[in-house]
Amino acid sequence: MSSRLMALWEWFDARMPSVAEEWRKHAAEYYAPKNFNFWYYFGVLSMLVLVIQIVSGIFLTMNYKPDAALAFGSVEYIMRDVPGGWILRYIHSTGGSAFFVVVYLHMFRALLYGSYKEPRELIWIFGVLIYLALMAEAFLGYLLPWGQMSYWGAQVIVNLFAVVPYIGPDLALWIRGDFVVSDATLNRFFALHVIALPLVLLGLVVAHILALHDVGSNNPDGIEIKKNKDARGRPVDGIPFHPYYTVKDTVGAVVFLAIFCVVMFFMPEMGGYFLEHNNFIPADPLKTPEHIAPLWYFTPYYSILRAVPPVFTSQFPGVLAMGVAVMILFLLPWLDRSPVKSIRYRGVYYKSALVAFVVAFLVLGYLGVKPTTVWGQFGFDAFFLDTKDRATWVARLCTLLYFAFFILMPWYTAKDKVRPVPDRVTM
Amino acid sequence: MKTLLVALLWAPATLLAAEAGHPLDRAPIEPRDLVSLQSGARIFVNYCLNCHGAQYMRYNRLKDLGVTEGQIRDHLMFTADKVGETMKVAMSVKDGKAWFGVPPPDLSVIARSRGADWLYTYLRTFYRDDRTPSGWNNKVFPSVAMPHVLWKLQAEQGAVQYDRTVRDLVNFLVYLGEPAAQSRKSIGIVVLFVLGVVFVFAYAMKKAFWKDIR
Repeated sequence: MSSRLMALWEWFDARMPSVAEEWRKHAAEYYAPKNFNFWYYFGVLSMLVLVIQIVSGIFLTMNYKPDAALAFGSVEYIMRDVPGGWILRYIHSTGGSAFFVVVYLHMFRALLYGSYKEPRELIWIFGVLIYLALMAEAFLGYLLPWGQMSYWGAQVIVNLFAVVPYIGPDLALWIRGDFVVSDATLNRFFALHVIALPLVLLGLVVAHILALHDVGSNNPDGIEIKKNKDARGRPVDGIPFHPYYTVKDTVGAVVFLAIFCVVMFFMPEMGGYFLEHNNFIPADPLKTPEHIAPLWYFTPYYSILRAVPPVFTSQFPGVLAMGVAVMILFLLPWLDRSPVKSIRYRGVYYKSALVAFVVAFLVLGYLGVKPTTVWGQFGFDAFFLDTKDRATWVARLCTLLYFAFFILMPWYTAKDKVRPVPDRVTM
Repeated sequence: MKTLLVALLWAPATLLAAEAGHPLDRAPIEPRDLVSLQSGARIFVNYCLNCHGAQYMRYNRLKDLGVTEGQIRDHLMFTADKVGETMKVAMSVKDGKAWFGVPPPDLSVIARSRGADWLYTYLRTFYRDDRTPSGWNNKVFPSVAMPHVLWKLQAEQGAVQYDRTVRDLVNFLVYLGEPAAQSRKSIGIVVLFVLGVVFVFAYAMKKAFWKDIR
């Protein structure tokens, strides 16, 4: 650095020393375990996608029109007449799906290495709140292109609130701002999507990271590196986040961006899973599509909703099950009674439970994009068969597995035969 | 663990939608074949653009297909005055509804909602049916309101040449759905190359910094 720049920095530092202090606290002298593996890229990648979404979103807003008569056309205007507009639009649509890819992998990492366990319960809670806000953000944003799937997807989701006993219909009306999804709905969803939810997300991300840096990062061995410090008070298994993890995460970010660009430039529709074919038909309130499928990242929960049979003609149990399926994540730190964190030292019970959970989640996700007749029907009658669709019964089994993973966790994690945890991390 | 990751990443990509109904022929389209695209544009403005609009597409964008503004004005513009206008149609939505029962849909992004194979099969499977108002019916889209507009071409050209005509038209409709598709791919190759170069430096830097971490 030239002496003039140095002098300028000293002038700045003398007046605002907190910048240098925060840099030391969160980067140069934040000690992270040295044994992070592949699964530890997805936190920083989630932040990268958040930035990508905010920046591309700002530019999209400059040409998008939140008006039921103009919205669909304004998206095509962006795709055709705005210079570079199609790049911005594909960045944002690919980014929406990429966000869920990295967040799901990030959450799976927590399940692998017990990152939610004491003393990191708050980090986990902020994380689940981020996941909830992200779901809301994705749902609100999906209405904006004003295609058939945007419109009817929003109609279905808002109607879920209408089945809540007593307050349901009023609640749905309050969300929509009209008796059906309409211009009023589009306007408020736009407002919530471009400013309200992004603010919430940013705030929660800050809380998530501050909470993390207070207790320190977990690692693939699930060992607390702060318990083993050298004479200067630094964890012997820790290395400064900067430069070690800044350079390592740069490599991860470049690889991620390459995959992102392959999708965005060569298959932006991703076979209809990132941009649905039916969403290129303008919204028509008078024509209900035959098969309304949410985007892939919601389909596990959509499957749970469809799997639960109505009780006394009320759909509320299904909606409740779907809500509980997400909310139960909050309890995870207290459901897990295992004395060890990492899957490396856990016993066969937890390992099998996790495999069953992942399989159930993937099968539910697959079934959620398909009509319930996808695997045909049972060819016989029986008193207990309220539906003959085979896929619905498979979805019911997977729903039970999903909930069993959490509800039985206090029992199987306490009974599990764990292996001894070493004192130092293994590379 | 690796297997789980692969399963997680590929699960959505492997689910290919299979629709019931008439089997679709694969459309032999060639998005770089300018002659085919120009021929498709000519069929489009002569036959489709009387009832269907393409209201998000500007005439002068057709320069992508290797024609000049003068050629567009002389051969492809029948219902517009200025070459910067969009491909609108004179027929009103109200008339369309009165004449056909449903207003003919805008075709700007029809190839993106229907897919090339569907369009290619649909335009080749019209048959006579006295029970419908138009006297035509379709195997892919039963009871469709649209009559077989290209029937004269089909009769004059014979099966082989007509397939080629429809191929050109579908080729054009795919272009119309996303005019930026070709530049998207060429920009993508450059971007991936740049990322490849950045990766080499980033990886070398990581190796250098981490050489004494054990």
